[in-house]
Amino acid sequence: MKKILIVETKLHLREWPAMLFTIGLPLGLLLILGSMPGFSKADPALGGESVNDTHMPAMMTMLAMMTLAFSVLPGFLASYREQGILRRMSTTPVGPARVLGAQLVVSWVTGIITTTLIIVLGRLVLGTAVPKQFLGFVLMFLLGSAALLAMGLVLSALVPNGKTASGVGSLVMFPLMFVGGMWIPRESMPDVMRIIGDYSVAGPFAQTMRDTWAGNAPQLTHVLVVSVALLVFGGLAVRLFRWE
Amino acid sequence: MKVIEVEHLHKRYRDHVAVADVSFAVDEGEIFGVLGPNGAGKTTTVECVAGLRVPDGGTVRVAGLDPQADRNGVREILGVQLQSSHLPEKIKVWEALDLYASFYAKPADWRELLDRVGLTDKRDTLFGKLSGGQRQRLSVALALVGNPRVAVLDELTTGLDPQARRNTWELVEQVRDSGVTIVLVTHFMEEAERLCDRVALIDAGRVAAIDTPAGLVAQVDSEQRLRFRPSGPIDDSVLLALPEVATVSRNGGQILVTGTGNLAQVVTMTLAHAQIIPHELRLEQASLDDAFVALTGRSLSEETA
Repeated sequence: MKKILIVETKLHLREWPAMLFTIGLPLGLLLILGSMPGFSKADPALGGESVNDTHMPAMMTMLAMMTLAFSVLPGFLASYREQGILRRMSTTPVGPARVLGAQLVVSWVTGIITTTLIIVLGRLVLGTAVPKQFLGFVLMFLLGSAALLAMGLVLSALVPNGKTASGVGSLVMFPLMFVGGMWIPRESMPDVMRIIGDYSVAGPFAQTMRDTWAGNAPQLTHVLVVSVALLVFGGLAVRLFRWE
Repeated sequence: MKVIEVEHLHKRYRDHVAVADVSFAVDEGEIFGVLGPNGAGKTTTVECVAGLRVPDGGTVRVAGLDPQADRNGVREILGVQLQSSHLPEKIKVWEALDLYASFYAKPADWRELLDRVGLTDKRDTLFGKLSGGQRQRLSVALALVGNPRVAVLDELTTGLDPQARRNTWELVEQVRDSGVTIVLVTHFMEEAERLCDRVALIDAGRVAAIDTPAGLVAQVDSEQRLRFRPSGPIDDSVLLALPEVATVSRNGGQILVTGTGNLAQVVTMTLAHAQIIPHELRLEQASLDDAFVALTGRSLSEETA
């Protein structure tokens, strides 16, 4: 397993424009938007918080995780299947499940590194606090990102090839980011949209990040939605995934 | 000893039958050809042997093991080079070999393999930058990296230029000489004729015949045709007197002799006796393709043309 992790990591790094985009875009947006004067002032629309307190870093964490789950992961897996790479693996004693595992690990670790950088740079450059409910933050990040990656796996199982994967990926990703609060903070959303958001994985993911960042406990409904999503999409991915 | 045994293999895909009834056995140490036109069921057959597909009927044994019941056992001893299966564009040659070697319990030394397939100087090249011939050689190396007893090579030379094809053939012969049994799936009869010890002719999901290439040609028992331009006049009756000769016809200065047996030798000896030199001498013999036509009523080369 060690060797395939090393090789898959190298393969990801050789696709460096995509990786630069995945890691660089959220970090760049965090630093550029976060430096705008209004974003560090208390905002009544956010209940007295500033944008930089929790909204901005949580949104950037969501952006990074969604890019990995809905663009990087399906892109790799669909083209591996299309090119017969998974088929070739299935003629060896280890079988293709191991590539899939390595892909998931590389995406997950990339997400963890990016989130760590968001916390560190946010603290150093913008003065954003390190997540105050730290353990809760870590647990909710791991749970939520696992659920998003499981959704990405289902997507990889359904698309026929690498090209369709990126198109369908964006089609899924943008509405999810919208209900997650990327463009309108969840506080300012109409009730209907916020309720939809609450059951979309994106909403609970973003909100649990914000809650724990501010030092509060995550809401039980959000934890449940994310857990159920992980089980359902994980199960679906196992059932639907085709090796060729 | 039989290393692969296939008996009454049957495989359907939804509404069409890919393999109707295929039986054959591969001996240890031979190059066994599976020859037939595209769509004959060759690939499906070897996919069942490799355990990639579940047969709908019949039995498959690889060194006595059932590829479905004992997947890992079969995968340790069977190396497979699949038609149209690639590697990631940006993986380096050595990384692919090193990675695949790590999948097996007792892998071969991949550095030595790299040398054997002539890719040592391409060690650090990305897969995407290799030529077609180099990719196929890497593919052969990957099929051998687990130290298999049997290697299945599917459409190994399709899409290669003639020089690369010849180099690949030499490689296959070397692999066999190193003691690995080879199952070669191909629709090129020239390839089967050149490499295979025995060939199974497959047509429309059934085995039409199994024999050595020479044995298959002999089954057709077709006549040979000898063409030449004699350096001096010779009478038809001289040639017709030979028991091997069936007919003699002339077209301008050219003579066409048909017959059987050692036709070429007896005719040239007779000409030498009469002090006549046969210019532009050409012998046309039945080929595997003729055998295929005779056995199935279909031509192989139509598909490849």
